[in-house]
Amino acid sequence: MWDYSEKLKEHFFHPRNVGEIANPSGVGEVGSLACGDALTLYIKVNDKGVIEEARFKTFGCGSAIASASALTEIIKGKTVEEAEKLTNQDIADYLGGIPPEKMHCSVMGREALESALANFRGVKAPVQEGTIVCKCFGVTDVEIRRVVRENHLTSVEEVTNYTKAGGGCGQCKPAIEKLIAGVIAEEADARKAAPQKRLTNIQKMKLVEEALEREIRPALLMDGGGIELVDVEGNRVTVALRGTCAHCPGSDATLGNYVEKKLRELVDPDIVLVEAPK
Amino acid sequence: MSVVYLDNNATSAVAPEVLEAMLPFLTGRYGNPSSMHSFGGDVARDIRRAREQVAALLGADPDEVIFTSCGTESDSTAIHSALECNPSKRHIVTSRVEHPAVRSVCKWLASKGFGLTELSVNPQGMLDMAEMEQAIRPDTAVVSVMYANNETGVIFPVARIAELCRERGVLFHTDAVQAVGKLPIDMKRNAFDMLSLSGHKLHAPKGVGALIVRKGTKFTPFLQGGHQERGRRAGTENVASIVGLGLACELAQRWIEDEKTRVPRLRDRLEKELMARIPDCRLNGHPTERLPNTTNISFEFVEGEAILLLLNEAGVCASSGSACTSGSLEPSHVLRAMGVPFTFAHGSIRLSLSRYNSDADVDCVIEKLPGIIQRLRAISPFSRDRMPSPAMLSPEHSH
Repeated sequence: MWDYSEKLKEHFFHPRNVGEIANPSGVGEVGSLACGDALTLYIKVNDKGVIEEARFKTFGCGSAIASASALTEIIKGKTVEEAEKLTNQDIADYLGGIPPEKMHCSVMGREALESALANFRGVKAPVQEGTIVCKCFGVTDVEIRRVVRENHLTSVEEVTNYTKAGGGCGQCKPAIEKLIAGVIAEEADARKAAPQKRLTNIQKMKLVEEALEREIRPALLMDGGGIELVDVEGNRVTVALRGTCAHCPGSDATLGNYVEKKLRELVDPDIVLVEAPK
Repeated sequence: MSVVYLDNNATSAVAPEVLEAMLPFLTGRYGNPSSMHSFGGDVARDIRRAREQVAALLGADPDEVIFTSCGTESDSTAIHSALECNPSKRHIVTSRVEHPAVRSVCKWLASKGFGLTELSVNPQGMLDMAEMEQAIRPDTAVVSVMYANNETGVIFPVARIAELCRERGVLFHTDAVQAVGKLPIDMKRNAFDMLSLSGHKLHAPKGVGALIVRKGTKFTPFLQGGHQERGRRAGTENVASIVGLGLACELAQRWIEDEKTRVPRLRDRLEKELMARIPDCRLNGHPTERLPNTTNISFEFVEGEAILLLLNEAGVCASSGSACTSGSLEPSHVLRAMGVPFTFAHGSIRLSLSRYNSDADVDCVIEKLPGIIQRLRAISPFSRDRMPSPAMLSPEHSH
């Protein structure tokens, strides 16, 4: 049985805004009976560009119905521009989380909204573009790349949870893997192009002192040892070992394998640790 | 809240008599039946008795009974043994609607280079005997076909298939997990070489099963180790559960009349009333060639998991073949193999009864389910007047 949150269950048992709107400003129809869930979203937009009313009809499981109910509650009263920024994670968060295997319900909600907004504007919804990667569930490359980017997905299994792609015959799994690798590579390139702002010496000193206090000293203390910060120059951090550590034959290992590693993880990956002359 | 339990094909209540018979082996009589002292050795007598009880229910010889840990182990053992004992034959015949305990093993073996023929079923879930005859080849090592289907309850002509296999010199195994205790089964009158059963489907506890291997059938053990089960299944015996399974089989024999008369009457009334009260539904599976306790009904335009959640809220335990409950993203392989239309496949509900169900249980479902379906149909974008467009029936329209 699925581990549904109380809020999700409440929205399933008492869905809000079920029904249709007689003269809607926009209608979004996504999903299919073949795939086991479908959602029709109706929106009414007033002359100020605010979504006055939102209604839905859903064919689907508990979390599909709850996601649609949540979606209508979230977008009511929002401007079209505000609604456009909604992500599937917003729907999941509103419901107090959705089991990973059911995240595709939140994605369907977001797609219905996009489709209704596109219909309101008289344009084609963006996710209908691209080429179909998963034939069993009709999922396109554009769609897969987007969920990977927005939700920081790293595995085919996650992509299946979010889009169903790969959940049928499984033949498209290698293609999904390639798409994920592509997005991750793009993001890495983007990071390289815009390097992180460098820390000033004072900021770095503070962070090092914090890391020593919070993580490293308590660990060394367990063996009766201690450590003191002597100096920070650029990425060169000089420390002095105290207590049992000062005379311990394994102190080199402690510094290299533990302290330096920890500081690289918590402060800066380029840190070089030096022991102050005794 | 008391629960109306109509999910007996998933698992069943441990009979109170069974629990009582098991308790001494979980308390004072904890000895190992292989021990040389009488404290342990005496327990071997209780296992022997359980073996006789299981054999008696199936018209088998006690020596033909091998205790296992579950139906899945029995199935795996049977199929692997058949292949191991016939190294020159590398082909398996099975059906498209087998339980994963057989289906996954066969698919895995196919990926390792064995030939696999999966027989199709017709819209009522029945096998085609002509297709079966054609499927058996000179290099077929084993035919494995279930006695009765767990989802629809449809009974297969296993007696005829077993005869055919004997004529052709091919081993026949049947996964009878759903049939044992619900239908009279006689190994003497049938040519089954191997038969799997599971304790928890017939009011014994989970974690015990048996594989019946006809005398003279070549056999290789699946679990290697000690000499237990005369070297055919290593591992210290799950004594309490084996004793429980033995008594459960004896009780099943006593209750078989109830299974043949009262249980199907309850099932038929439940089915008839639901189908009369709820529009746009269909029965999945052959109406008569099926287990006396099972009904599988699809409700159009609604989804199975949503039905189950509302039934659960009403205190009713059932199951569904919908995608959202199958653990995969597609509806049950059984319903798909039967060609059940998509408008129905996602909205299937299985109700499976046992001797512990009453008229009141059936009344409760008859009272609650129509409202639940109505409630979900009010949310659904589809209805009889608003059929999904052909495009909505294709996955291409998904997004």
